[in-house]
Amino acid sequence: MRGFLLNRLSQSLVLLLIVSVIGFVVLNLLPGGPLAQFGLDPSMTQDDLNRLKEQLGLNRPLWMQYLDWAWRLVQGDWGHSFRDGAPVLDVIGRHLVATLLLMGSSTVIAIAIGTWIGIRGATHRYSIFDYLATVGAMVALSIPTFWFGLVGIYVFSLRLGWLPAGNMYTIGDGSVLNYLHHLIMPSIVLALVHVAIWSRYMRTATLDVISQEFVKTARAKGLSERRILMKHVVGNALLPMITLAGMQLPSVLTGALVTETVFTWPGMGRLFLDSLGYSDYPVVMGLLMFSAILVVLCNLLADIVVAIIDPRIRLS
Amino acid sequence: MAARTEAVSGDDAALSVRGLTVDLPKGMERAHAVENISFDLKRGQILCIIGESGSGKSVTANTIMGLLPKLIPVSSGAIHLDGTAIIGAPAKKLRGLRGRVVSMIFQDPLSALNPLMTVGEQVTEVLTAHGVGTKASRRQRAIELLTEVGLPDPELMYYQYPFRLSGGQRQRVMIAMALALEPTVLIADEPTTALDVTTQAQILKLIRDIQRRKGMSVMFITHDFGVVAEIADSVVVMEKGRVVEQGSAEQVLKSPTHPYTQRLIAAVPHLTGEDRAAQAKASNETILKVERLSKTYRSGSALFGSQRIVPAVKDVSFDLAAGRTLGVVGESGSGKSSLGRLLIKLQDSDGGRILFEGRDIANLSESEFRPLRPRIQMIFQDPFASLNPRSTIGQILTVGPVAHGMPYAQAREEARALLAHVGLDAGAFGRYPHEFSGGQRQRIGIARALMFKPKLLIADEAVSALDVSIQAQILKLLDQIQRETGVSMIFITHDLRVASQICDEIAVMQKGQIVERGPPSQIFLNPQSAYTRELVAAIPGERPRSTPPAAANF
Repeated sequence: MRGFLLNRLSQSLVLLLIVSVIGFVVLNLLPGGPLAQFGLDPSMTQDDLNRLKEQLGLNRPLWMQYLDWAWRLVQGDWGHSFRDGAPVLDVIGRHLVATLLLMGSSTVIAIAIGTWIGIRGATHRYSIFDYLATVGAMVALSIPTFWFGLVGIYVFSLRLGWLPAGNMYTIGDGSVLNYLHHLIMPSIVLALVHVAIWSRYMRTATLDVISQEFVKTARAKGLSERRILMKHVVGNALLPMITLAGMQLPSVLTGALVTETVFTWPGMGRLFLDSLGYSDYPVVMGLLMFSAILVVLCNLLADIVVAIIDPRIRLS
Repeated sequence: MAARTEAVSGDDAALSVRGLTVDLPKGMERAHAVENISFDLKRGQILCIIGESGSGKSVTANTIMGLLPKLIPVSSGAIHLDGTAIIGAPAKKLRGLRGRVVSMIFQDPLSALNPLMTVGEQVTEVLTAHGVGTKASRRQRAIELLTEVGLPDPELMYYQYPFRLSGGQRQRVMIAMALALEPTVLIADEPTTALDVTTQAQILKLIRDIQRRKGMSVMFITHDFGVVAEIADSVVVMEKGRVVEQGSAEQVLKSPTHPYTQRLIAAVPHLTGEDRAAQAKASNETILKVERLSKTYRSGSALFGSQRIVPAVKDVSFDLAAGRTLGVVGESGSGKSSLGRLLIKLQDSDGGRILFEGRDIANLSESEFRPLRPRIQMIFQDPFASLNPRSTIGQILTVGPVAHGMPYAQAREEARALLAHVGLDAGAFGRYPHEFSGGQRQRIGIARALMFKPKLLIADEAVSALDVSIQAQILKLLDQIQRETGVSMIFITHDLRVASQICDEIAVMQKGQIVERGPPSQIFLNPQSAYTRELVAAIPGERPRSTPPAAANF
């Protein structure tokens, strides 16, 4: 296990290094350069721009800029936003809370409902329920998220007036209930597609396990169907799902661009889009590194969880 | 055929099956999985149900357990288990019987245990399901059971996960589970088929011992008459869903009346103990000489953590004359298949020489070896997996020779001729693998290898996946081909009986080394190494001729 962890960690570090170099180079290849936004300001003279370049060290060779940036990053200094001068980590932190709230709740909904639909679809294979679940998943997967968002806003906000059309809270009302009220629609809209994906995978995984010989053994022992399902089937079926969750988890934290835009939710997805539009290089690079680290960590986490649950991997 | 259908008096039979018919879904090759079968399992006896694949023996077992898939319903008949009617009983009642009155063990102990639960949990689960005992007493009982089935260190075994156990140990766990509530009837569905021959002998002995000690009734399903001879009190022979013969073991084995039984018994390979008659085409010319061949598998990373090193083939040396057959026998993990892969260079060896027609091929690169490939060909174990399902038989046969420069028209003619030669009609050329049975596919596999007119054939468990009657046909075909073409053969198998049928010489492998090499007469009648003796003694239903007939089992 220790060897496995060391091995995976060293692989991860190499991966992060590669991502950071590629990201840094590509970003600087973009037309306009880091100071494009400043150049649009009519009050900025060429002298001002040059002075700014000097200040920010942008006139040095690219490799030197990279090393400087990387060294600071390792020390915990992720730089400052070009927009408001706030430390990049603070900017990310501010949006992370909003994203966590939205993605966290929608993921919990998606996994809970998706798992249930998947298992029931497998145990009642070819039933009306299974058929409807299959069709439903296809519909949810083939219609883009923003369409559901717009329809939701039209029906529940404009027509019925039950739910707010956007934003995370009503200005001046910071109560928990108000947050929850705003959360309902975006988290359900976002969960739709994840329920679809999750339920399909879960159905396949459950069917795989149900046909295994040890399930027959469990029946031969005289166990109840309920116990067979809970104790023998679900545990084994969830194993491959952990890896899937590990791959989906990073998107929980990096945000959902489309949904956040439709519901004007101040999350990470919107931050990324806005920062790109503003050529806010420190924030863009910060977000890139943040999501790369998340992907690496979540996959590692999934592997560790599988290793803990599955004795075959744990001990070999 | 005269299947006895009169009922044995109720108390006499632990299990009685009367006129059982189970339907198959429409469109299958026959209408019934089993048709009008009747038999009794007498108390305290072992009843063997024997038949080839598709004979309906497993369906019968699953019907008794109430484990039939919904797709194949029972259409008529009655089953009484310890006096209780099974057919038509509510699911809840059946569940109460399973594990308590009737238990079952399965063929493949690798997949029959839940990989995520400890051995102890899985054994105690039977007791929990039937509401027996307290938590502490259940644990106590589980450890008792693990001790009873002869598992080492039961206290520790209780907390082990199945993957840590060998195949034989897992089967012991299955038996412990089945015995937990001391059922009246134990159903064993080919419980030793997936095991090595020495392990098989131990498990058979364990089942027999426990059956005697507890006076249990056992219904034992098998395809192996050797196993029948070893443990059966009475026998039911099934063919295509029907019972064709039943009676006491002695009666059925010694004087079978139904032609199918006679054919089946005749097809069982027996240890001949006689050496094979020299081939007309055999010469003393050595075609293959292997010197100190070695291969070590390494897994894990050398840089981080522990590395596992498994010596698969260690200093193996032998030679093979043209037109002769060398058998390589051994149990799983003995390195016999690795040896085969090294010889055909599917894998590179770590050390030693392989002299093929005097030339060392061990260190040839892939491109240097390529021109030689047609001369060394392989026949694979699994006739289902080794043929590409999307290619016609014609494509499968011709693609190799054409790649090696034969004009297609010539390849096609030769393929058609070879198909006829291996006993298939020429129409097979345009058909796909799924249209053929296992035995026919193995014939195609042989034809494929022969397309290259090889000097050396390596057959890796080439008949292991086949029913005995088909097995006998394929062995005959291989023998005939060798007589006609003078091809040399290396016949890799776990089954000593099969090896004794076809080999001029046999090499016994254990832990990557050849522990004994000699003609069949030496290996079977006068084995020199302790391991060979153990292997020969473990063959079910066989007593080598050197032992007095009084010791024979039937």
